[in-house]
Amino acid sequence: MSVNAHSLSQPKQNSGFFSWLWEWLSTVDHKKIAILYLFGGGLFFLIGGIEAMLIRIQLAVPENTFLVGHNYNEVITMHGTTMIFLAAMPFIFALMNAVIPLQIGARDVAFPFVNALGFWLFFMGGIILNLSWFLGGAPAGGWTAYAPLSSEFLGNGMDFYVLGLQVAGAGTLMGAINFLVTIVNMRAPGMTFMRLPLFTWTVFITAVLILFAFPALTVGLFLIFFDRLFDANFFNEANGGNSIIWEHIFWIFGHPEVYILILPAFGVISEVIATFSKKRLFGYSSMVFATILIGFLAFMVWVHHMFTVGLGPSANTIFAIATMAIAVPTGIKIFNWIFTLWGGQITFNTANLYAVGFIPTFVMGGVTGVMLAVPTADFQYHDSYFVVAHFHYVIVGGLIFGLFSGFYYWWPKMFGRHLNETLGKINFWLFFIGFHLTFFFQHFLGLMGMPRRYFTYLKGEGFDAFNMVSTIGAFLMFFAVIVMLINIAYSAVKGEKAKGDAWEQGRTLEWSIASPPPEYNFAQTPLVKGIDAFWKEKMDGKDKMTAAEPVGDIHMPSSSIVPFLMSISLTIASLGFIFSAHDGVRKPALFVAGAGVVLFFLCMLARSIKDDPGFHIHKEEVIETEKGVR
Amino acid sequence: MKKWRLSLRLFPLFAIALLLSGCGKEGLSTLIPMGTVAKEQADLMLFSLLIMVLVMVVVIVLFTYAIIKFRKKRGQEDFIPKQVEGNAKLELLWTIIPIILLIILAVPTISKTFAHSDTHVAKGDDVIKVKVTGHQYWWEFEYPDQKIKTAQDLVIPTGKKVVVELTSKDVIHAFWVPALAGKIDANPGQTTSLWLDADKEGTYKGRCAELCGSSHALMYFNVKAVSPDEFKQWSKDMKDGPSAPTTASAKKGEQIFKNNCMSCHAVGEKGGQTAPNLSNFADRENIAGFKEHNKKNLKAWIKNPGKIKPGAEMPSFEDELSDDQINALADYLFSLSVKK
Repeated sequence: MSVNAHSLSQPKQNSGFFSWLWEWLSTVDHKKIAILYLFGGGLFFLIGGIEAMLIRIQLAVPENTFLVGHNYNEVITMHGTTMIFLAAMPFIFALMNAVIPLQIGARDVAFPFVNALGFWLFFMGGIILNLSWFLGGAPAGGWTAYAPLSSEFLGNGMDFYVLGLQVAGAGTLMGAINFLVTIVNMRAPGMTFMRLPLFTWTVFITAVLILFAFPALTVGLFLIFFDRLFDANFFNEANGGNSIIWEHIFWIFGHPEVYILILPAFGVISEVIATFSKKRLFGYSSMVFATILIGFLAFMVWVHHMFTVGLGPSANTIFAIATMAIAVPTGIKIFNWIFTLWGGQITFNTANLYAVGFIPTFVMGGVTGVMLAVPTADFQYHDSYFVVAHFHYVIVGGLIFGLFSGFYYWWPKMFGRHLNETLGKINFWLFFIGFHLTFFFQHFLGLMGMPRRYFTYLKGEGFDAFNMVSTIGAFLMFFAVIVMLINIAYSAVKGEKAKGDAWEQGRTLEWSIASPPPEYNFAQTPLVKGIDAFWKEKMDGKDKMTAAEPVGDIHMPSSSIVPFLMSISLTIASLGFIFSAHDGVRKPALFVAGAGVVLFFLCMLARSIKDDPGFHIHKEEVIETEKGVR
Repeated sequence: MKKWRLSLRLFPLFAIALLLSGCGKEGLSTLIPMGTVAKEQADLMLFSLLIMVLVMVVVIVLFTYAIIKFRKKRGQEDFIPKQVEGNAKLELLWTIIPIILLIILAVPTISKTFAHSDTHVAKGDDVIKVKVTGHQYWWEFEYPDQKIKTAQDLVIPTGKKVVVELTSKDVIHAFWVPALAGKIDANPGQTTSLWLDADKEGTYKGRCAELCGSSHALMYFNVKAVSPDEFKQWSKDMKDGPSAPTTASAKKGEQIFKNNCMSCHAVGEKGGQTAPNLSNFADRENIAGFKEHNKKNLKAWIKNPGKIKPGAEMPSFEDELSDDQINALADYLFSLSVKK
């Protein structure tokens, strides 16, 4: 794939494995970073998927002994943490990087260096977390890591959780700030806010949510970090701490996190459905308004994760009403999508199958969400399989359907080759059927009294049949992912070459340039004349955008290895802190941690002192490249 | 509540409710409620479900019609659909109707949430108070008015309001008896509360519902509902303590118990408080909360508790006590009954 991705190589490149490796380690090009996010996230997605399969194998039959006790808790913790932080988030960042600069007519993101740093921090954070498997055991406190279980009762694995997420979270926060600035500052002439494609809008709101939500996680992780490594007592009741504080901090981050995940999926669905219905998005303004409202309400509802904590009926009902209110803007979106389909001319390729399959699936997850908002009924649902079913409907049936739709849709733009449609459809149907088999019946398991995070259930509790069905469904999903991997490999070798307007009915700016785009994206910055800018030009009988500037030299940022080195130094620091929990090596480990931090600051210093003017791609070269691509 | 039940009956979709109530095992399922709180919760669950099914049906019908009617057909490749911007009336419609539906749902939500959280006990109220403490991985039950302590099996009288006050000795647990009432967390250093009652005599399954460590999945308990008279008798008997062992083996077992177990376990008032009180051990429903109540399982437990409940605090006595000693200990424990 890399062959396609850098058809336009920078000067001074040698061939060979090491220069190839160097190029990827030091790239600051948003299109390459997108690919890094995609495969980095993909790696963790597979690991998280294998963990899911282990869970389902253990629960297939009652009183199974395949994976029990502490080991089971490790696997569920790592499954949740991996899927949320190390698979879903990077997948979203992959699409953001691949698409946002192209959709707004920009040549790169606002801070290419920070972009690379964001990726490497995420990736090394994931590595730190997963190293726990080999260095004394994984975290086992659930992805929510409730104190005091996480702060006092569990072993070294929790330190990997704390520091791995701290490093990965810093990367996410940087990435979000970068995209905020990019979307605010780097829009092409004429691309007003109310002409932004809806995917860009949702990413914008998601970035705002990350900006306000992730610092809460950072603070919470620091508190646990100090509790665990330096005997602070933030969550220790016996010494005047309060364990409920962690729950508040975690969910003040955790609830917006759910919307951070789902909003970009809403964006993808809006793009894909509009494109393959050959219609503009129905109710664009209300879609934008609904997105903003959902983003705002995201911060108002965290207590609905804590109804059973015992905060009292007043707090519970206030947050219940706020939670129910979210159903209104979400409902607006659902109906707008249906009415985008209405009266259109719908093509059912894999991208659109995922988008269309998303609608009823996500509505299922949404309505159970409203049911969960009723506090006294939630006393029954809470921490039961009903909740497990609900959030998998929202996160798999919502987010993952959206992401897969986006992958199939933008794959030709990212790699210059289409994914195979036949394999794609097999992939979709296996995944769709497998998903519903796995999770639909878990609603009933929960109502029948099966709590979540149970490594087993007893014979005679009546949970056998639904659990077996659920495991069978999980295997179907597993096969679906294997088919997708085959599809990716097939496409890399034999995939149909993609045109610039790969689907021939593209509406937004990214389809007006070559697939994959040249390093500088737009030879001339486009002039945007309305919503769905490229569609508008095509309807006027043109085949490319009106330019806003003459062809000229294009300034590009130079690549840099510093982001990678900075991430390595934080990894060293983290591992130092993690091992400082072992009594015997406390001092040397703290010394290593200090060395890592010093190294990190040295990298920052080097970056600040060295003047980096970037480089230019000359006008002649641009003209030459543009000739070849159409 | 009568009004809501009435409107439920009028709903043609009531069939779903019937379908659901066939779900699960009696004494374990939220869908076969056996107490006031669980019943009202189940009603509310079904009521919200019916509204949601209504919404789903509307969405699915529109959605299915759209994807069948407007799919691309052969021979119209050049067709460009009308680029509709929106429709203010329609958009208002699907904003206002959900708001109305949510208001309808919000009314019983608020009233029932307050009702179910009301655990205030005024002087002279005829309620049973129980202090519940969660431990990794067992439950301690104390009746402050009756001055009784027991573990694992919570005995309550039928038809009476039972106010449960929760706390934890170590990590966060959650107290859940699906057939009687929803769960509330047991937080270390704090107290929370809930109330429940049981209509019928019987045994209801309880479980921990907040991840609390290795054996979270095995932290079961039982709620035994007995008639009010029986409860009165039981609490009196509990205060008197278990009858003394009669057989030689059990007497030998008592001595072994005193030497090995009493630093943690208590029988009657005597003994440690860090492990379950065993005063009425022979009357329990299960060994370790979930195994069948017989001597074989008890001996296996004493030999190696960690094998049955991973991470259990109790040490293994396999190497400490001989098989004979363990047999005697089991005989003693099975003599600990308050039933006359």
